[in-house]
Amino acid sequence: MFLVFVVYPFGYALWMARKPSLYAELISDPSYLPTVVNTLLFVGLGVNVKMFLALLLSGFFLRPRWWIRALLAVFILPWAMAAAQACVSFHWMLQEEGLVNGVLSALFGINGPVWFNDRWLALGSNIIVYIWKWMPFWTVIFFAARMKVPRDIYDSAEVDGATGTRRFVHVTFPLLANLYLLCTLLSTLWTVGDFTTVYLVSGGGPAGLTHVLATLGFHYAFDTARPALGVAAALSALPVLIPVAIVLMRRLKTSEVEL
Amino acid sequence: MSVALALPQRARRRYRLRRVLTEAGSVILGIVILIWSLTPVYNMFLIALDPEEGEIEFDGNLWPPEPSLEGFRAVVTQEARYLENFWHQFGNSLFIGLVTVLLTVLIGSLASFAVSRMRLSKGSLLANAALLTYAIPASFLIVPYFRIMHSYGLSDNPWAVIAAQVTFATPFAILILQLYARLIPFELDDAARVDGASAAQVYLRIYLPLMTPALAVVAIYALLLAWNDYLYPSVLLAVRNMTVAVTQGQLFSDTDAPWNAMMAAAIIYVVPPIALLFVLRRYVGASLTTATISI
Repeated sequence: MFLVFVVYPFGYALWMARKPSLYAELISDPSYLPTVVNTLLFVGLGVNVKMFLALLLSGFFLRPRWWIRALLAVFILPWAMAAAQACVSFHWMLQEEGLVNGVLSALFGINGPVWFNDRWLALGSNIIVYIWKWMPFWTVIFFAARMKVPRDIYDSAEVDGATGTRRFVHVTFPLLANLYLLCTLLSTLWTVGDFTTVYLVSGGGPAGLTHVLATLGFHYAFDTARPALGVAAALSALPVLIPVAIVLMRRLKTSEVEL
Repeated sequence: MSVALALPQRARRRYRLRRVLTEAGSVILGIVILIWSLTPVYNMFLIALDPEEGEIEFDGNLWPPEPSLEGFRAVVTQEARYLENFWHQFGNSLFIGLVTVLLTVLIGSLASFAVSRMRLSKGSLLANAALLTYAIPASFLIVPYFRIMHSYGLSDNPWAVIAAQVTFATPFAILILQLYARLIPFELDDAARVDGASAAQVYLRIYLPLMTPALAVVAIYALLLAWNDYLYPSVLLAVRNMTVAVTQGQLFSDTDAPWNAMMAAAIIYVVPPIALLFVLRRYVGASLTTATISI
């Protein structure tokens, strides 16, 4: 099963993109380098900001209040929602006369920018939508992990004078560090392959300046009918992805041994 | 004497002040989270309830002046442009989702049973190989997939999408199931074997029932993956057979499309998984907890 559906397509992909000249062409393509920068920013900022906020928010959701529990149910809504539909909604919200600019001008009298006409604003929008969609999932993971931290650890930390920020830095974070790292690695791998967000929020525009590798590969393959080039664009991320996957596997194994 | 008495009082007052501040802070944070989470949903309703077609601009009204269910009606009766096949597409989504769930649960549970219970010497290799799939994001394999499905004669066939979704859901399923399986003591298997149970019987009578919470999580995960995916159905299926997840995205540059109906369709489409998630939330919580502590 694994062989037929993963190894074979992957081998086929390698075979399609075997010619070195493809990579030369890729690098000389003016939209390739911006795409690499975008991918790095999208993944680097998106994953790290999301993870850190998720870690902080998981602490907030632990507060024993009924309305916070109810809020958690609302908060996980983005995760359960179909990405495509949510992204389309964001796309309309960020139009020139969309909801966001409407609210900006009504509340602050600001004439909002045309979000998708500027490369950095469009990229930022993509990252925000990505965080909106995926933060809840990781928050729930951290929330579950924090519920399992024994109460006595916090009690004894409090006796030793660790409260608030210090408790977070010296007690909570070290306890969750391993999980945090694992989740960040896993999320990095998933995010590099995130196609929907970029494709449906900014659509790669303006002028193809906000593509990431996944959408650029798609664009080559299906819009310009250069499938081999598209595969090459995607495969050019492998030298970074494989080490991450190997570190992840090693980590998983060592943490198994520790338990 | 007076100093000694005043100090604790001041400390107490400061303590109380801090509690009020934290409380106020968390209320503010709560409101921010509420707005953050719900704005896109609210925007969907805003567009869907607008009586006029293709009205995507925000006209300054926080609620449509004359909300109408026209959009929803047009979807349900399949009158809206581009949505002539809505129920067919909806059925397709359902079919692909359910078959993906079944196959993922079946393959995932069998593989994790083999890896964690049968004491295979190469067992961990299998699990690791599955995890290595994550080094290659699904979206990167779309082009070879498209070609291969074409050569298998499976283009525009829901089974092509199902094969893809199962492939990408299985590694995570195996991971979760394997972690959860460690909580089931081996003595149970041994006892059953002593009583003459075969491996298949151990799997059916002991393993599956005890794994129910983890299986529920895997099922939800696979369903969300298949139901919500955009890329694979959009490439592998022709318009008539597409899943609903794809329709809105396909027309996304077309501002003249009947967007109220489009958004109404989107709302109808996102409800089932959310409902399912809330029904099964106890399972999800329990099993995520076990998964995270085992990591």
